[in-house]
Amino acid sequence: MLRLEKRPVPSKAWTIATPLLAVLATMVAGGILFAILGKDPVEAIRTIFWDPLFSEQFAAYSRPQLLVKAGPLILIAIGLSFGFRAGIWNIGAEGQYIMGAIAGGAVGLAFYPTAGWYIFPLMVVAGAAGGWAWAMIPAILRTRFNTNEILVSLLLVYVAEHILSAMSFGLLRNPEGHGFPGSRNFKEYDSVSNTELIANSGMHWGVVAAFIAVIFAYVIMTRHILGYQITLAGQSPRAAKFGGVNPNRLIVLCLGASGVLAGLAGVFEVTGPAGQLTTDFNQGYGFTAIIVAFLGRLHPVGILLAGLLMALTYIGGDLAQLMMGLPKPAIQAFQGMLLFFLLALDVLTNFRIRFKKSEAA
Amino acid sequence: MTSIKTILTGAALALGLTTAAFAADTTKVGFVYVGPIGDFGWSYEHNQARLAVEEAYGDKVETTYVESVPEGADAERVLTQMALSGHDLIFTTSFGYMDPTMTVAAKFPDVKFEHATGYKRDKNVSTYSARFYEGRAVIGTIAGRVTKTNKVGYIASFPIPEVIRGINSAYIHAKKVNPDVEFKIVWVYTWFDPAKEADAATALIEQGVDVIMQHTDSPAAMTIAEEKGIVAFGQASDMVQFGPNARLSSIIDNWAPYYVARVGAAMDGTWESTDTWAGIKDGMVGIGAFSDKVPADVAAEAQAISDSISSGSYHPFTGPLNKQDGTVWLADGEVADDGTLAGLDFYVEGIEGDIPN
Repeated sequence: MLRLEKRPVPSKAWTIATPLLAVLATMVAGGILFAILGKDPVEAIRTIFWDPLFSEQFAAYSRPQLLVKAGPLILIAIGLSFGFRAGIWNIGAEGQYIMGAIAGGAVGLAFYPTAGWYIFPLMVVAGAAGGWAWAMIPAILRTRFNTNEILVSLLLVYVAEHILSAMSFGLLRNPEGHGFPGSRNFKEYDSVSNTELIANSGMHWGVVAAFIAVIFAYVIMTRHILGYQITLAGQSPRAAKFGGVNPNRLIVLCLGASGVLAGLAGVFEVTGPAGQLTTDFNQGYGFTAIIVAFLGRLHPVGILLAGLLMALTYIGGDLAQLMMGLPKPAIQAFQGMLLFFLLALDVLTNFRIRFKKSEAA
Repeated sequence: MTSIKTILTGAALALGLTTAAFAADTTKVGFVYVGPIGDFGWSYEHNQARLAVEEAYGDKVETTYVESVPEGADAERVLTQMALSGHDLIFTTSFGYMDPTMTVAAKFPDVKFEHATGYKRDKNVSTYSARFYEGRAVIGTIAGRVTKTNKVGYIASFPIPEVIRGINSAYIHAKKVNPDVEFKIVWVYTWFDPAKEADAATALIEQGVDVIMQHTDSPAAMTIAEEKGIVAFGQASDMVQFGPNARLSSIIDNWAPYYVARVGAAMDGTWESTDTWAGIKDGMVGIGAFSDKVPADVAAEAQAISDSISSGSYHPFTGPLNKQDGTVWLADGEVADDGTLAGLDFYVEGIEGDIPN
């Protein structure tokens, strides 16, 4: 009989091995799914995992796209990881991401058609401030009135979506857009355009910011007193209190940090890859980032890798639809399997499997 | 060593050339859909037209599609991947793909693009759309005749000219046959969200509506109408299977003739950038069969409107028509021009409520 026995300390070896095992298990289970759908499983797996990186036809384009897709996911997930480690649950990064994009975009559009180097930095600051302000609502309600930040931050996403739709149909609508919704195209206005820093590299300011965030998060979590306080608060709130950690200050800091990073992701995305403030430019990055944060085990480097992996399954998934005619739901099921196996196999990190004869009572 | 390498390179090159030559025989056509092909509405009909293209040209054509592509950055990536994988012609079937289509088209001048419902064109980008408001005139007439509560419900997606045209056209023609008719309009801000569409239908029924029209893509409202015992119209596709008792008629998007013609033009080299806005006459807007819930005289009246639009003797926007605020829009006998219709942003007189913005 199988028995699970809790490990005293999570296994280091399994921490590294489980993600690889999960990818393998996904390939097998996904392969079976694709075979049932009548597609060549080996070709399908190759199209998803290999072609975006190494195929001659696509790699030159899709490798940089990996960064474009992963950038905002990593940036938001890093912000979320501070709070998640401390037991502060910001589920509303999507809302902060949208508000950052609106605030930053609005500043840029207000300057139209003035040219100037200072406009873009102002937009970035406004974007960060927009995300921060939106995150401060659950933070203040939590510290003042002890409301649940999970619910407040989540519900504020829907408020943000309505503001976004009001903006793209009203105040920020392109006056030359023939009555159609959506702002002016940022890519056609040089001073606000977040273009690739090096042509065909996929590196735009958002990706740079994501890398900087990873490094900063790493330093804070390992070297700074704040990282220690966050970890302590997450593991034992009582011990943290005795250790002189001010829980309210931590809530404001963690929610603020995730708000700022989500807001930055929003302004970089809307001025770069999305190019336009529309009712659905957001694509749910704020929610996907929650998965990325946990997939990366709330560790900065893990998040970096998890973001890239998620991006790969998106880009490879598009290719598999295009090249092999796989239906989108099959791709989504495949992505779901990957997450399922990653989380399910976590059990091996925290538990030991014991084989034991069943004892007669 | 070098010689082996040369031979291998030569062989690889030869192989590559034969594949290229083989590929040149088939025209590769890609389709990008905003919803799932199983939405039984907008994307479903575009996919039916894709199948018609395959049927028409057999193995001379290869078609691919990607469904549920969000409008924005993802669309640009999917389009680029399509262009890179050797597609000759790409149909982008939602308004929100406009800017991504223009960006990718500029990068791939040899690939031809067809963008549905947009207004930006280039030498390798055509646009096409259907005059759905013609269909709205027909079903508006039926709605005005069959409503007993004099309240017609309208599930609207986004306040864009396309949708506003439909509301105006349906209202004008319902009002013409029933001066007491009132329109209840609900904006759901989505093209495809069965749950939201069903909620909207329920809310409308609670307000006393007994006929529902929609400008969204799922058959959710039709199933609610069937359940609650009221009547509704199929949108984009016939939807009879979702409301065998509820469905009165439908506006059917029929993209097949256009797609077949455009793919044919791409094959024989006569493809040019064009702007198409076709209606009932060209078969792009189809009117589904009238059910037995439509009284014979009403069916005849609706058919007459459809025929007169088709023959060109009648335009759904013919004066005298006033704007909502009472000012004159079209004088007696005056017909709205396409430019005004394309950017229509006001209700006609009699419709209650404001266009949200």
